[in-house]
Amino acid sequence: MHYLLTHLDDARALTVVHLRLALLPVLLGLAIAVPLAVAVQRAPLARRLTTATASVVFTIPSLALFVVLPVILGTRLLDEANVIVALTSYTAALLVRAVLEALDTVPATVRDAAAALGYPKLTRIMKVDLPLAIPNLIAGLRVVVVTNIAMVSVGSVIGIGGLGAWFTEGYNTDKSDQIVAGILLLFTLAVVIDGLIVLAGRVATPWTRAVR
Amino acid sequence: MNFVRQAIAYLLTVRNWTGPVGLAARLAEHLEYTAIALGAAALIAVPLGLIIGHTRRGTLLVVGTVNALRSLPTMGVLLLGVLLFGLGAAPTLVALALLGVPSLLAGTYAGVAGVDPAAVDAARALGMTETQVLRRVEVPNALPAILGGLRNATLQVVATATVAAYASLGGLGRYLIDGIKERQFHLALVGALAVAALALVLDGVLAAAVWASAPGTGRLGGYPRRDRHHTCQ
Repeated sequence: MHYLLTHLDDARALTVVHLRLALLPVLLGLAIAVPLAVAVQRAPLARRLTTATASVVFTIPSLALFVVLPVILGTRLLDEANVIVALTSYTAALLVRAVLEALDTVPATVRDAAAALGYPKLTRIMKVDLPLAIPNLIAGLRVVVVTNIAMVSVGSVIGIGGLGAWFTEGYNTDKSDQIVAGILLLFTLAVVIDGLIVLAGRVATPWTRAVR
Repeated sequence: MNFVRQAIAYLLTVRNWTGPVGLAARLAEHLEYTAIALGAAALIAVPLGLIIGHTRRGTLLVVGTVNALRSLPTMGVLLLGVLLFGLGAAPTLVALALLGVPSLLAGTYAGVAGVDPAAVDAARALGMTETQVLRRVEVPNALPAILGGLRNATLQVVATATVAAYASLGGLGRYLIDGIKERQFHLALVGALAVAALALVLDGVLAAAVWASAPGTGRLGGYPRRDRHHTCQ
């Protein structure tokens, strides 16, 4: 605790880096997963290929990906781009499955009703299918965000920024205070951001709380 | 691309696989950490998940514990443990076990709580005791979910066991950490490829286990498969 209070500037700077590395991939992953899921939902072969690729991507350990990506991308080992690409892949892999499952649960009658009301396909997807997928998407997002925040700290083992630096630094200089400060800060960050996502989900789905 | 060629050459050399610090030994260490951590996690999470799923009491406890444990940075817990309790396997294994608990707990709880209430009521009506209901109805029906939880936990533990090397332990992480420290990047790549391959294989095995455990299919050989044509509905 003492360490945290005496190193507030450090904490702020590292938190900014940490959140950038953890959350930018979430936005990028969303931008990839949602259109991809919509595109392949009704194409069995493409869908199989997508889900198979997604599960393989998700299986590769993050630290391994941080090391392999520079070779593939031609970046340097400590480049932030490696972390962003790695976490974007995980995010997209997890969310594409969540969105596909959600789209599958939209009742056929609802689709037909929208079609009967004269909704063109794209409008129907935007205004009917995707909003109904929000609860699933939120559940996926919560897992992804908490995992990403933890994964960025693992990156500190190979020297990639963020609050994980307090873990490796504290370990190497025998300062348990510094490690505890890092754990507290990361735990709080994860809980707060998780709460914000739940809140955003509630705001985005007012119909789930409608009076019957 | 030179690193890649060197890494592949390293992996294809028999000499690098043998000996006390060879790839085979490191792989065995990695599997050992993973197995012990998962065993400990299962010992805590599965009974707790079964009880809470069966009684439906303490659901909030599950959700709270799962979320809190997921938010805990394992990396920090691991290094703190080593710092406070000294080098050695115990602190690392405790941290890895903590990492495995949330997935196993969530899978077990959700699996048992999600069993068709009609099946549970039918079992009670037949005069089964609560223990029998749990053992003969709820566990078999929840098995795919429980194994699914184990699958997620395994992925996380295998990936994170790499960090054990940072705390001066063995495992495949040694190649990664030493390779980077000594600027032998092809060694780091060897470690990365080996961990990724191990994760893919274990995931494949557990995916098969989930498939085999699907209730009512007789895939586990618990009872003879019924002939489709003579099944009365």
